[in-house]
Amino acid sequence: MNPTTRTPGHPDYADTTRTPEQLGRDAVGRTEAQVIGTSPIERTAIEREEELFTINMGPHHPATHGVLRLLVELEGEVVRVLKPMVGYVHTGIEKSCETMSYWKVIPFVERMDYLSYFFNMEAFCGATEKLLELEIPRRAAWLRILHLELNRIHSHLVGLGTTALDLGAISMFWYCFRERDKILDLFEMSSGQRMHTRYFQVGGVVEDIPVGFAERVKAFCADMPERIDQYAALLDQNEIFLQRTKNIGVVSRERMLDLGVTGPLLRAAGEPWDLRKVDDYLPYSEFDFNIPIGTIGDNYDRYRVRLNEMRESVRIVEQAIDGLPEGPWIADDRKVVLPPRDELGTSMEALIHHFKLVTEGFRVPPGEVYFPIEGPRGEYGVFLVADGSSKPVRVHMRDPSFVNLQSLRDMCVGGYVADLIANLAMLDPILGGIDR
Amino acid sequence: MDVERTKLRGLSPLDQPRSPEELRVRQMKARDMLRGDLDGADLDEYVESRVLTTTLERAQNWARGNSLFPATFGLACCAIEMMSMVSARYDTARFGSEVFRASPRQADMLILSGRVSIKMVPVIRRIYDQMLEPKWVLSMGACSSSGGMFANYAVVQGADKFLPVDIHIPGCPPRPEALMYGILKLQRKIFGDPDLGWRERYQAYGTEEDARPWRPGALPVERVGETPAAGIVEGHGPPPTEAELNAPVSHPELTGHEAHDAYEEAADDERVTTSRPPAAWGRDA
Amino acid sequence: MPDAPGLELIAHEINERHEGAVVGTSYEHEQAALLADPDSIREVLAYLKDAPGHEYRFLASLHGADYLPAEPRFAVHYELLNMPRVERLRVKALLPDPGDGTLPELDSVTGLFATADFQEREVYDFFGIVFRGHPDPRRILMPEDYVGFPQRRDFPVGGDPVIFTNTEDSVPGWTK
Ligand code: SF4
Repeated sequence: MNPTTRTPGHPDYADTTRTPEQLGRDAVGRTEAQVIGTSPIERTAIEREEELFTINMGPHHPATHGVLRLLVELEGEVVRVLKPMVGYVHTGIEKSCETMSYWKVIPFVERMDYLSYFFNMEAFCGATEKLLELEIPRRAAWLRILHLELNRIHSHLVGLGTTALDLGAISMFWYCFRERDKILDLFEMSSGQRMHTRYFQVGGVVEDIPVGFAERVKAFCADMPERIDQYAALLDQNEIFLQRTKNIGVVSRERMLDLGVTGPLLRAAGEPWDLRKVDDYLPYSEFDFNIPIGTIGDNYDRYRVRLNEMRESVRIVEQAIDGLPEGPWIADDRKVVLPPRDELGTSMEALIHHFKLVTEGFRVPPGEVYFPIEGPRGEYGVFLVADGSSKPVRVHMRDPSFVNLQSLRDMCVGGYVADLIANLAMLDPILGGIDR
Repeated sequence: MDVERTKLRGLSPLDQPRSPEELRVRQMKARDMLRGDLDGADLDEYVESRVLTTTLERAQNWARGNSLFPATFGLACCAIEMMSMVSARYDTARFGSEVFRASPRQADMLILSGRVSIKMVPVIRRIYDQMLEPKWVLSMGACSSSGGMFANYAVVQGADKFLPVDIHIPGCPPRPEALMYGILKLQRKIFGDPDLGWRERYQAYGTEEDARPWRPGALPVERVGETPAAGIVEGHGPPPTEAELNAPVSHPELTGHEAHDAYEEAADDERVTTSRPPAAWGRDA
Repeated sequence: MPDAPGLELIAHEINERHEGAVVGTSYEHEQAALLADPDSIREVLAYLKDAPGHEYRFLASLHGADYLPAEPRFAVHYELLNMPRVERLRVKALLPDPGDGTLPELDSVTGLFATADFQEREVYDFFGIVFRGHPDPRRILMPEDYVGFPQRRDFPVGGDPVIFTNTEDSVPGWTK
């Protein structure tokens, strides 16, 4: 490359009149660290042994389910060292939340873990309600459970479809996405959006379900168990799938607990820990469902646990739609909740409340809470600090993908590099949740 | 308002005469040609615009537009909707863009599906540079188009700060239908505006990737090299002479297409004829 | 959750073994929190993890917070969980800002809870709290050459201002 192709003396290119070598850059202007792909720190760490072969997977790799980057050191085909590197979709959501009123935070937290938006919303709304000491009506709680469980099925479907895709079974992907679209149709019916619905509101849900929704949900529930059987029939007799999952990526229950892993990964290792059963953030105790657990904690167990969780979620959805209580769907606290539309024309007070809520938002008394719920990947916990104003001081999401990712090293080190793909797929990380 | 229906329908407006006068001119030329009255540069131009270039480029663009291979590149939430675009219900195979290619070297189109963080920018730029020309970029969703709701320290406020973006698709996330509509728009663009890549399109010569002499205010309109591709993909051309570098600069403060525009204005009457249509053609098709 | 008197008992018990390790307690919204002295955070957590009768063996979450303008300004929160009893307990270490560009420091608990690894790196990344003895003390989410700790309250949010027709004139660098 000829360094003299610039017009000399042009202010825009003042420094490029020097040669690239003088600048310490290569021809396209990258520094040395960017060319090799690692920072100097990482490089000193990996220049140890001659016979280890270092490969860099990602951040653009079709099997990393997003923009995860893995630095893998191989001895032959065996993984010896594995370093996950994250942050490639870091969005600064927690910082942005501090500049928004509580209402407007809801869409932000929704976009953290983008496959479990209802769970993010529930964690945040629950934390706010706890600070406000606000009770939500029974119908709202039922509607929340209904949507949360539909969301859990949706999330597991996407996880299962992409996992099977990574293991070479493309038809699972089509089937899973077919059912997923049915769930998204239901979301669209109740809230108007397919993803990122912003359906939950502090105090309940934004709107009641529309006419015809219940029938659609029932039809879906009647259909779904059979579909799940079909998935199981497809995968359980697929020799390739079995060979690539059974006894692969085993991590013991104790180690999982040490690493802070929650959700299906922990349950697959044999620990029956599910916040829906032990906590009372929503009235799950009035529902009849089981918690599937695994035995040895390999990839096959993880797949079975997720599959059975979908069955149980279908049962919960059925019970929720059958026993949906009558009554209001949002709390009746005028300081927090918008007044009904029809009152705006007749009541001055309602108009004032509406104006205050929409322009300024409600105020939350000072305090701090940690509000954990059980999501499709484990414990979603919102840590919320309020200072009495209408904007939060700190919103932190304890995201299960972020914590669970630490167990990838235990799953993969000592195994083949091909199993790394299977392990990562079964870990089911959502990078938006990891990086937030 | 005049609506030119032919534009909305047609592939390339190249073969549609825009006015009766032009039609007449073409007919006269065709007659001259049949009589054997055309020769020299006129004949060359006639043949180039009628027979060879037009038809070949059209066929080429038709093929390109109908087989757009996107790179497998998901960034955030929008990537999930991008995945459902290939699913059975939406089935983008109908438009030939269902083959996601994991290697950027095999892909024609980069769908920026999600928020672009500052840490990701060098990576995306590198993937883009690895893609072969011609290549197109779709920015999917509010985030990659403008930063969306995340106006903060971590997110780049719009991917066109570091990439030329062809189509912006609004939505958060856009529905798969919206994404497919964007792809159809891109097809239109490819059919109607035959060109070889963004350097040609934005007159971005003299960047570090393409070391052709950069003369402010006097961007080369004619192509370098034998074939069109030679000047763009690997044609570095000879280094500029001393006289070229010290030539008077007419618009030193302008760069890129602004400089080109200024140059066009100044040199309107003596512009060089090329087989490419005027830039305004096919813009709104 | 331990109730309010139970919390006092725990605080008393720890203080008997490590003088001044717990400097306060708080109980709000049915959530118990121990305020620990930052210098003895390791001892407090090790005691809560292993002592019979407590056994908070699961670290559910570790996060930082910036309480500007309050003093001391930074805090690191440890959400402990006893799974068999389903009891949660928050331990909170308040750290003053040493000023003049030095970073506050705290002992790392990665030796006690392996899960603290990524989360401590995240706290370092966003708040600039250094964890002494962390095996891999680097930034995790921001690029490694990034300057500043973005989630501190005095760090600007950044981003471009949104231009509406009524704010066209006030947005710098934007002309009609
Ligand atoms: S536009 Fe919306 S859906 Fe798409 S990446 Fe951004 S936040 Fe996610």
